[in-house]
Amino acid sequence: MPTLQDILGTILLQSYNTRVVVLGTAMLGLASGITGAFLLLRKRSLMGDALSHATFPGIGIAFALMISAGGSGKALPGLLTGATVSGVLGVLCMLAIRNTTRLRDDVAMGFVLSVFFGTGAAVYAMVQTKPGAAGLESFIYGKAASMVLSDVLLIFAVGLLVTATALLLLKELTVLCFDEGFAASTGWPVLTLDILLLVLVTAVTVTGLQAVGLVLIIAFLIIPPTAARFWTHSLRRMLVLSGAIGAVSGWLGASVSALFANLPAGALIVLTAATLFLFSLLFGTARGVVLKRIDQSRLQRRIGRQHLLRAAYEILETMGQPVSNQPIPRQRLLEHRSWANPELSRLLAQARHEDHIEPGPNPSLIHLSESGFGEASRITRNHRLWELYLITHADIAPSHVDRDADLVEHILGAEMVRALEAELKPRPVIPNSPHRIPSPP
Amino acid sequence: MTWTPDDTWIAATGALCALACSLPGCFLVLRKMSMMGDAISHAVLPGLAIAFLVTGDRASLPMFLGAAATGVLTAVFTQWITRFGNIDQGAAMGIVFTTLFALGLILIVQAADHVDLDPGCVLYGAIEFITFDTISLGPLEIPRAALVNGGALLLNLIVIAALYKELRLGSFDPGLADTLGFSSGLLHYLLMTLVAVTTVAAFESVGSIIVIAMMIVPPAAALLLTRRLLPMLLLSSAIAGGSAVLGHWAALVLPPMLGFERTNTSGMIAFTAGLLFTLAWIFSPTEGLLKRHTAASGPPGDPA
Amino acid sequence: MAHEHPPDCPLSVHDLTVAYQRKPVIWDVDLNIPEGKLVGIVGPNGAGKSTLLKACLDLIPKTSGWVHIYGQPYRTNRHLVGYVPQRESVDWDFPVSALDVVAMGTYRRLGWFRPVGKTEKSLAMEALEKVGIAHLSGRQISQLSGGQQQRVFLARALAQEARVYFMDEPFAAVDAATEQAIVTLLQELRDSGRTCLVVHHDLATVPQYFDWLIFLNLRVVASGPTAEVFTEDNLRKTYGGKLSLLDHAAEAIRRS
Repeated sequence: MPTLQDILGTILLQSYNTRVVVLGTAMLGLASGITGAFLLLRKRSLMGDALSHATFPGIGIAFALMISAGGSGKALPGLLTGATVSGVLGVLCMLAIRNTTRLRDDVAMGFVLSVFFGTGAAVYAMVQTKPGAAGLESFIYGKAASMVLSDVLLIFAVGLLVTATALLLLKELTVLCFDEGFAASTGWPVLTLDILLLVLVTAVTVTGLQAVGLVLIIAFLIIPPTAARFWTHSLRRMLVLSGAIGAVSGWLGASVSALFANLPAGALIVLTAATLFLFSLLFGTARGVVLKRIDQSRLQRRIGRQHLLRAAYEILETMGQPVSNQPIPRQRLLEHRSWANPELSRLLAQARHEDHIEPGPNPSLIHLSESGFGEASRITRNHRLWELYLITHADIAPSHVDRDADLVEHILGAEMVRALEAELKPRPVIPNSPHRIPSPP
Repeated sequence: MTWTPDDTWIAATGALCALACSLPGCFLVLRKMSMMGDAISHAVLPGLAIAFLVTGDRASLPMFLGAAATGVLTAVFTQWITRFGNIDQGAAMGIVFTTLFALGLILIVQAADHVDLDPGCVLYGAIEFITFDTISLGPLEIPRAALVNGGALLLNLIVIAALYKELRLGSFDPGLADTLGFSSGLLHYLLMTLVAVTTVAAFESVGSIIVIAMMIVPPAAALLLTRRLLPMLLLSSAIAGGSAVLGHWAALVLPPMLGFERTNTSGMIAFTAGLLFTLAWIFSPTEGLLKRHTAASGPPGDPA
Repeated sequence: MAHEHPPDCPLSVHDLTVAYQRKPVIWDVDLNIPEGKLVGIVGPNGAGKSTLLKACLDLIPKTSGWVHIYGQPYRTNRHLVGYVPQRESVDWDFPVSALDVVAMGTYRRLGWFRPVGKTEKSLAMEALEKVGIAHLSGRQISQLSGGQQQRVFLARALAQEARVYFMDEPFAAVDAATEQAIVTLLQELRDSGRTCLVVHHDLATVPQYFDWLIFLNLRVVASGPTAEVFTEDNLRKTYGGKLSLLDHAAEAIRRS
């Protein structure tokens, strides 16, 4: 087990080796987080998967060509060029399928992935018998832990270039991802932009592939942007967050793997990113599952409270003018809104908990508390103002009504509310009650 | 080139496997989930590792069950993340399979501490070697891989024939399926189970390349040639079977021509399928590139 | 103010409130729809018409209240319900013919495993004839025009033999001939005792098409027989005072 000192030393990048690996992975996480965000918005998250497989034949063919030219066959620039050319071919093939057939993105990506991967396997099996081919597969599976300085420099160069290009073209790429048709109709060169975006992805993929391996680069392109979406609705913030989540998972994951040297580094980094994703899925402030559930039940409670208090107030109105706070028979409440018995009990318990109802000895008589009475009168007034507003301003109402706002004035302005109230005065009972419905004959 | 009886078995097994994959593949393509085969073939790794760690043995049945179960779980998790997180299905699929694969790698490393368990060898069979592992059936020595993939094909044929209308309805309009009393969820998971079982059966015996390619490429090519489901299933099967046989033949013929000793049959099968797709893409009588080209240069015709 | 919901009512909605995020989209909806009526749901854009439909069909969660179909929750009685969604809800590139799609309506009768036979095909053909496109039965559905696609959906609903139909803007973007065909079909359904709820936009045709109306603008303004509720007062309450559409509607009232 690592000691605390080991942990600190690793996270703070004290060892040279760790520093190299951690910096490289973090930079890669940043660049792929940003490009991946555009892929996610374009609903092409699995592009990284397709692309990384599409580089295989290029690597094999580059090796074969370099061998027959008398070279070593494993010169990195040559292999990277091969991978890039083949990746770009895959991208073009995918776009061609999409733009000239009825087939959709997922089929086009799947086609490129499987056919290029298969071709790559065939090419690789052919060249395998040549001397010096051993170890070629490390370009396919990568080993993050054995990353060296030159790898990191390459990652930084490509990562910075890609990030800068993506940020420079932020507006154009946003339009492309948001609404392709609109982008085309307003004169943007959609196809060029599409190709450009995919070239950026290819650059990240090829660089990442040989440094950290296939599955990790796929995960890096998908997980950080998806996690980022749970925290924000704004594209800019999403890009920043996505880059940050990518970098943090690279940094944390690589640190963890430095501590557990016998476990595969790439896998640990993926799991770190996945943990961050799970956390975002549950607790994200914009679309997180937990927050959505809480919101939903809070809303349900609030609407239940409004219904109960308004019903109580409407009954009190019939018991005498001016309206005063008197005990209400439970039976009348029940009939007023045709609640089911258990539902009313639940609402009453909730109201008692919120101190809107006096705790009384007799459960069949409901007595509002002072604050409950005040709240009931306020809710009823607001409700009537809104109903009236809907009638007088029906044409613009749907986009303005926010019935839950505590103060109608905040939405409609004091002037409007005064006018509405003036109209409300002579008719204390709302002119059109939605609850008086004709029964079927 | 010499074509031996072994080559016949390899081509036949490849064809069985290709057919088995392309049938559920048609429905995957229609449901916009064509990457599912790829996702499942990565995601089953932890299932294999857990089955191994629990039983401590590389017997194929527990491994098979573990893998198939993880395959179905991949579909379940993808569905959950898509629904609860309200995100794109492709992204959800990607998250699930990379995570499960990573988990599997770590488990495999743990398992490998106890015994020699090489991920590459446990996971992926190779179609070239199927004739080394045979089962005697009367006078015949049948490769186990042929039986396994034949079994998967039979299962797919039976289920798709019996539930043809239900699967079609569930893929076209899940909402209507629910109203009519055919649970769309049940149909979805039934299809996913077929995909998982087929995927595991195939890659365990003949490798993953064929699975991924055959679930997508033949159905996609067939979709370019017809606009009916039944002909699509038939055409897709024909293309799948054809790619397997032609692919193996090409694997024997091509390397000597290029000055190499040998190549990978699975890879060549995928490559051949890609070629057949390209032919359909160019020459499809209804919507091929040629047709489009002539239509675009000629007077505008009836869109139908 | 207690409201009764008779159990034999095709659709009763009680105290329904639906809210997205924090904002209620429709509230206090209380409805009883009698059997055998052609019901129009009208209201301005954003009034919550589709929301009401979707909440009735359990497609979105309700914040409060309940919906009953013939006295039972939707879940129990969904075999009585036919839903004609907006056209964009399915993939029209799917490799099926118009006849195949219409035949899907008969699947409930068939149950699991039994394949589509001659009877179902001829039922589907009949339904296609009723909507006037029997000659297109063999076409793949993407090769049909928008109006024809809408007719296919209606023919499918017809073959479904439900007792309550929910239709989300069946008249959106269809040609005049299709609109006429749809109306005739709806009236036939009504005459055979079915109930159809139709989200509708064109006020001018309302009194002609429907015999029961629901005026909706975030809450129900009025619901009742067209003759009683299609009044200038209700229109004004639903659409506001400044609407030029109102002139059309006033014209329509005079004609009806």
